[in-house]
Amino acid sequence: MAQTLKYKKMIAIYTLWIRQLKRYFRSKSRIVGSLGQPLLFLLALGFGMGPVFQAAGQGNYIEFLVPGVVAMSILFLSVFNGIEVIWDRQLGFLKETMVAPVPRWQIMLGRTLGGATVAVLQGIIVLIISLIAGFVSISSVWQAILVFIFMFLIALVFTALGTAIGSALEDMNGFHLIVNFLIMPIFFLSGALFPLENLPKVIDGITRANPLSYGVDGLRGALGGAVHMGLITDFWILGIIAVVIIGIGSYLFSKIQI
Amino acid sequence: MELLEYLYAGSRIKITGMENIIETNGLTKKYKDFIAVDNITFSVKAGEIFAFLGPNGAGKTTTIKMLTTLASPTSGTISINGYDPIKQQEETRASFGIVFQDPSLDDELTAYENLDFHGMLYGVAKNQRKERIEQMLKFVELWDRRKDLVKHFSGGMKRRLEIARGFIHHPKILFLDEPTIGLDPQTRDHIWTYVKKLNKEEGITVFLTTHYMEEAEKVSQKIAIIDHGKIVAQGTSQELKEKTGAGTLEEAFLSLTGKELREEKPGAIEGMRQRNRMWHKR
Repeated sequence: MAQTLKYKKMIAIYTLWIRQLKRYFRSKSRIVGSLGQPLLFLLALGFGMGPVFQAAGQGNYIEFLVPGVVAMSILFLSVFNGIEVIWDRQLGFLKETMVAPVPRWQIMLGRTLGGATVAVLQGIIVLIISLIAGFVSISSVWQAILVFIFMFLIALVFTALGTAIGSALEDMNGFHLIVNFLIMPIFFLSGALFPLENLPKVIDGITRANPLSYGVDGLRGALGGAVHMGLITDFWILGIIAVVIIGIGSYLFSKIQI
Repeated sequence: MELLEYLYAGSRIKITGMENIIETNGLTKKYKDFIAVDNITFSVKAGEIFAFLGPNGAGKTTTIKMLTTLASPTSGTISINGYDPIKQQEETRASFGIVFQDPSLDDELTAYENLDFHGMLYGVAKNQRKERIEQMLKFVELWDRRKDLVKHFSGGMKRRLEIARGFIHHPKILFLDEPTIGLDPQTRDHIWTYVKKLNKEEGITVFLTTHYMEEAEKVSQKIAIIDHGKIVAQGTSQELKEKTGAGTLEEAFLSLTGKELREEKPGAIEGMRQRNRMWHKR
């Protein structure tokens, strides 16, 4: 009996994970659609601001920007994937998983891992485009693994955050509020677009409190750029935040009433 | 071998020997300014088919939500297969299966995947899953459409698929919340025949709601009628008719619940669907 239960637990996480993946691969228009924004950022900002950046003695801006834009595509897709809980609640599928004889935190974990995987895949597409265009380069397997680890940590933190928010909300009315007052600031104040050196005190404080700063910093370091906080610090801080947010998200998810 | 049979028989006796598989006592659910379920007490015997009838908005679905761990009661106690749905959620959930009143399929998955994922979540072994899915999809005549995404299905097809999904695993208690709504008489008959067969052959207790009185009368052994959150009568169909002096269950129902029309709470779901389509922009 204990063994069957264990098997069931494993399979609940797997089931929800594979569900997210299937949904992702089926929505081709969404895959292509979500590439628009990052590519626009790379082109407009990268080439537009590049000369100014260079003139200021900061080096190659596109190379600096790529990790930020990869982190951006992961951030947005992660939060949207997490927040999908609200759609599932409104369209009914959530009920089906909520009455299944498996612990709810495992349903949450499966969803979060699935959403995070999808977001990483999207980040990988942006990264591959950047590699092909020659904006950045990866020279060893170890470097690729390091890049992947940071991409996955970013995805995990923000999918769990999206799930937590989605579990606490009843409908999509607060959605724009969340995008404009949470996700946009997280992105713009993370060091994705500008170096974190010599910032005004207030902005410096905000960037240090922002989990994405560590993600972008780690990703930039992994891709061979200059790090601000240090790879080890980035890794631990992101890891701890991921665990905490998954914990909070699981709690909120398990308290959902239909 | 004999010992095994003995133990098996023993376990059977234990199951069927349990008197009430569902019990509620003073069950109440209050929302802000509205009492959806008001102090109801009832019980369902193991192996029974129990019909829970009532007009729209009477509290049927809210009661089912409390019985199935989806909502917590404001007060009162519940026992499902001996478990408390508030404190022993997992054990409770392992005891029942449910067909919901409103849609609960994943539109972006195929018919087959919807059933397969359900089987996986309920721990149905791979071979049995395959076998049951084929059997159930053929049963609701959707086998040819198994590889189609559910979003391309009509309302009736989705309904049939939901019912098929509910039968993939065989629980001790099966909740059917208006399962046959919007289906043609042939399909309805087909489904109720199957429910009766499951009840008889596997001893599954069935808790159903429906607006079709003749269905309730034909299928169930015991009926409870709920109105404005309160149970107004319980008994066999015959007892209810005698009590009200009515010729049919429908007349008995109307005499117990009155003839005024009921309004259901307007759902935000349609609006959500619209926005969902806009958001995903496919």
